[in-house]
Amino acid sequence: MPKLTFPRMGESWRTFKMLLEDLGNEVIVPPRPSKRTLDLGVRYSPEFACFPFKILTGSYLEAIEMGADTIVTSGGIGPCRAGEYAMLHHGILADLGHNIKMVVFEPPRLYPFNFIKNVYALNHAHVSIKGIIARIKRAWRKLQALDNTEKLSHIVRPREIYSGTTTRIYRKGLDWIDQAYTTDQIICAETAALEALRSVPQNPEAEILKVGIVGEIYVLLEPASNLEIEENLGNLGIEVERSMFLTGWTRDNTWTETTEGMTVKAAAEPYLPELVGGHGRDSIGNTILCAKRDFDGMIQLAPFTCIPEIVARTILPKVSRDYDIPVLTFFLDEQTGKAGMTTRLEAFADLMRRKKHYQQGRGLLIG
Amino acid sequence: MAVKVGIPSALLYYTYYPLWRAFFNEIGVQVITSGRTTKNILDKGVREALADACVPIKIFFGHVMEIKDKVDYLFIPRVVCLNGKTVYCPKFLGLPDMIRHSLSNIPPIIDVRMDTRQGRLSLIKTYLDLGASFGVSRNSALLAYCKARLVLRRYNALLRKGFTPAEAISLLENSKNSEIDPPSETNLRFAVLGYPYAIYDSFISVNLLGKLRKLGVSVLTADTINPFLLAMQNNCHLPKRLFWTFSDIALKAAHFLFAQGRIDGVLHLTAFGCGPDSLLNKLIELESKKHREIPFMTLMIDEQTGDAGMATRLEAFVDMVKRRKEAHLCRS
Repeated sequence: MPKLTFPRMGESWRTFKMLLEDLGNEVIVPPRPSKRTLDLGVRYSPEFACFPFKILTGSYLEAIEMGADTIVTSGGIGPCRAGEYAMLHHGILADLGHNIKMVVFEPPRLYPFNFIKNVYALNHAHVSIKGIIARIKRAWRKLQALDNTEKLSHIVRPREIYSGTTTRIYRKGLDWIDQAYTTDQIICAETAALEALRSVPQNPEAEILKVGIVGEIYVLLEPASNLEIEENLGNLGIEVERSMFLTGWTRDNTWTETTEGMTVKAAAEPYLPELVGGHGRDSIGNTILCAKRDFDGMIQLAPFTCIPEIVARTILPKVSRDYDIPVLTFFLDEQTGKAGMTTRLEAFADLMRRKKHYQQGRGLLIG
Repeated sequence: MAVKVGIPSALLYYTYYPLWRAFFNEIGVQVITSGRTTKNILDKGVREALADACVPIKIFFGHVMEIKDKVDYLFIPRVVCLNGKTVYCPKFLGLPDMIRHSLSNIPPIIDVRMDTRQGRLSLIKTYLDLGASFGVSRNSALLAYCKARLVLRRYNALLRKGFTPAEAISLLENSKNSEIDPPSETNLRFAVLGYPYAIYDSFISVNLLGKLRKLGVSVLTADTINPFLLAMQNNCHLPKRLFWTFSDIALKAAHFLFAQGRIDGVLHLTAFGCGPDSLLNKLIELESKKHREIPFMTLMIDEQTGDAGMATRLEAFVDMVKRRKEAHLCRS
């Protein structure tokens, strides 16, 4: 039986593990990206491949050590580089002497046959079509449950009275959802997790800043790559609204475009009418939408040398001026240090707080 | 007085300038270019562009700064796709927007969108619209476009003979003056792969081609290979083609030249932080491992690249290849 592995992105691995095991595969979940993962990745990746590529190279190598022989990953149609990464990873791993099979999922809207072929290739338990659909639906529900829990944790964390409570309860909630198997259990676990998060002791009078996070999907979704920026912001008393969750992205990219997707596109139109690949246009569109919803600031996260985000970053200062919203950009790579990032975030938080007080007519904060 | 349109001498300039110039001249518009890249232009570009952008983009910003006060319009087309298959680097796709939203006091930008995936005639339509925006009738715009295509064909033929774009452009402009001889054949032949806007910009490539010629090396680039032969390379045994036109051409050229085996060395010129090159370079490297008899070297350029460093590396590489060749001759 082939041993499958797949890229790890945030907490979504819990869902993919369940789905692939349901189809009768042995699954090897790559460990959370660590210093070692990065060292491996940096050693064998091209120097200017973007950060996600290096993390994935490292993760794949670690998973191969653990016995994996098949990699399930996503493709793409450009112009972002990520669409070709499966091909290059395959080349690099082959060059290192690992004979790995790649199962690459292209966007099903454009390549329906590729999708069907891949599903059959992975279906070792010979589950019926009806069964496959039911299993995908259940996995989808689990993914939603994970995303909903994470969303709520972003809202609760800045308001918590005892620091660290939210993170602890959030981890517990994830475990509950992870253990749930049937749809009913998943819903039950989700409700319990959300309830537990809501009952975290909160300070209703806390002064909360609201920040939107935009940028490239991998560094947004994988906390190990963005140095847990959301947790960090939450501890600074900042409520985070991330523009992208895996459920939303999948919905936008599998069958039809959603209205949310269209709104973002329309918002970005005056600044960037062209799809530049990746999430360049989304970063601009979401910044504008958040500005209209009176957010206190925006943070853009991008891997170093990410082409679409460089385009977006060149245009964002203009958006920032036009809509009077501060934007802070982090280009992340293997050299990014947590202390440096925290310092910049603290400064950014101070700046936003002052701006807010000034606008509320409380005058400038001195000292 | 004729309307003046500025074309920055960077990026697509090296591939399509003769066509654009001929088209604009034909419809009665004066074309102004920013000339060769200089230290001053580079400095301006570095100041204006985002630090994380690659050096060709920074140079483009510099060229725009150079001519923005001398022209009525800036011609920065949004070139998306010209062959129905591959697109250009995302930075090209967002180029007019990057210029418009990050530089101040710039003249209006003509950012026509060129995308042949929308139908076979869409490119012609783009040029007709472009003509119409200058008040030219459809017929004369069509005529101008056809003439411009002929100029482009002559330009490409000159490139195939081994002229550099600068030489080819000056040959096209005063056709009687044929003082420039095509480069003579020497005993060493190198392939220089990379993007036209990096290889041919003698400032940013630190005069790579000139240096190689001086060292007695004749140079092949992707432009000197018949496009038909490149198309024959199919997909270079890869499951997917590279998305970006220039990268696709460079990879095919690499495969073709490695397979043909009539070259003595391969140089890949890449800019610091170039996104597509991170893939392209690795793929060429993997391919070069299959052809151990042909040495391969990557040269990286950025705004700090020094003349002496580049010269030393090239001399060392040429010496190595020469010695190797002599050793082979002695043995056989």
